[in-house]
Amino acid sequence: MSAAATTSESFLERAPLLLRDAVTGFLPEPARWLANSLLSIVAVLAVFGLLFAFLTLAERKILGRVQNRPGPNRTGWFGLLQPFADGIKMLTKEDIVPRAADQLLHFLAPVTLLALSILTFAVIPYGRHLVPVELDSAVLYFFAAGAATELAIFMAGWASHNKYALLAAMRALAQLISYELPLLLSFVPVVLATGTLSTTGIVAAQGGWKWHLIPHWIVFTPWGAAGFAIFMVSALAESNRSPFDLPEAESELIAGHLTEYSGFKYALFFMAEYFGMCALSGMAVTLFLGGWQAPLPVLEFIPSYVWFAGKLLTLLLGFIWIRATLPRLRIDQLTRLAWKFLVPLALVNLGTAAFWSLTSAWSGPLQLLRWAVALVLVAGPFLLLGRGLTAGLGPRTYRYA
Amino acid sequence: MNAVLILIALVTVGTAIAAMAGRNLLHSVLLLALAWTGVAAFYLWAGAEFAAFAQVLVYVGAISMVVLFAVLLTRRSRDEAAPGPAGQSRALSAVMAAAAVAGVLVGAILRSPLAASPGPAPAVTVRQLGAELMGPYAAALLAVGVLLTVALIGAVVLAAGDRTGQPEDNP
Repeated sequence: MSAAATTSESFLERAPLLLRDAVTGFLPEPARWLANSLLSIVAVLAVFGLLFAFLTLAERKILGRVQNRPGPNRTGWFGLLQPFADGIKMLTKEDIVPRAADQLLHFLAPVTLLALSILTFAVIPYGRHLVPVELDSAVLYFFAAGAATELAIFMAGWASHNKYALLAAMRALAQLISYELPLLLSFVPVVLATGTLSTTGIVAAQGGWKWHLIPHWIVFTPWGAAGFAIFMVSALAESNRSPFDLPEAESELIAGHLTEYSGFKYALFFMAEYFGMCALSGMAVTLFLGGWQAPLPVLEFIPSYVWFAGKLLTLLLGFIWIRATLPRLRIDQLTRLAWKFLVPLALVNLGTAAFWSLTSAWSGPLQLLRWAVALVLVAGPFLLLGRGLTAGLGPRTYRYA
Repeated sequence: MNAVLILIALVTVGTAIAAMAGRNLLHSVLLLALAWTGVAAFYLWAGAEFAAFAQVLVYVGAISMVVLFAVLLTRRSRDEAAPGPAGQSRALSAVMAAAAVAGVLVGAILRSPLAASPGPAPAVTVRQLGAELMGPYAAALLAVGVLLTVALIGAVVLAAGDRTGQPEDNP
């Protein structure tokens, strides 16, 4: 939250800054900077903590509706107090540590995981003036903090001194490392097109509208749409969400690397998973969906952070919908999808983006050619690789027994 | 400013020493990851943001994983301690290897022209870094790429070979 607001903007747009200045305005300069940073941290933690709480409720409610049952509805109105009841239950549960466990690492694993996933929130621009930390290589920072979480998962699996936990941790790492690659490759075209690694720069590059109608969001280019799809599939896998929730697989494995965790430590893992999902969705919004930019010029009177929140919630509801719809993959299908399908597609997509930015001067009928070539470059490899992936697995025919 | 540097150096060197002195290999690997993070913090202190985050992404995110997998796959039992310094020849070769590395490093440091008081570091953007890597340092980049490819193929050959001798379902 650093940039200064100009007074020409609407009151709601400046409201967070005005609120901040009202709280810390009386302090002298160095202390004020510190207080502002602390305030940003408190705001991020409070907003995403509450989002986590109500996201679990929304997930249980929506899953319940999809499965034709009411979901939690006994605590408060419509079950609105359910997350807090869950929190109290988790806090009062007994914390069991196996006798043979590596006590220190067993304790450090959830702490590290949660700390690293909170770190990723620092660089996401939540609104026009709402960036907690502005960095030149913010995107790299985001993915560096995300990559370090793998270490915490390994710590959890190894420190438990349980063969199921260790094996499951190795499986989880295989999955995370496999999907790290398409995740990283899918945002490279965005960096190529916008020429910056800073999240504010990427959002600023997506401002404006074509014919006052179509926003300049990256998802509205052929390579941007493909990159967004690859990013979201990889994000599903990176945040251990269904249909890629093999590391935990509640109904098949005994909770994977979390086997020996109970009580609040388990809740911390759960929280870190949701935080990771929120952070990756926020990054997807920033990279592909125009960040806090409004979709139409006439809608700009709505403050930017509302747009960001709307896009973020849409993506999160999409995550929940996918969880309710798709069955789980097998581990070999999972890694094959990453290495044989998503990685080549992401590499081809990089080439498409390069073609797109080289031909940005084309106009008139050449513009049509540009779209046609780019669409072929996106759809062709998708169809070919998809055929290869499902070869020999033709449609199954069902007969009555 | 210097206090921060000294703190970073203490953390980096301290965790590295602890990683070498410890008997638990897994703890050593995690301490080594911490030492790499310390190096990243040093880059950050020196104003090289990109190098710092790349360091975390590559070393803490990927290389530590490789080391962990190597440690786990090569140990026979969980509580097997790291082998001690067995005999004089082993110690001698270790000292020789360390001396060779130290000689190369000291020679490189002595030969590089270091200004007595370097001015404020120039702000290098990511674009400039990319242009440098694709221009003057393209050959070095290609060489590193070839090296990594050779290592990858070697790993595949090592992992894939000799499967017939050890049937997997033989307990």
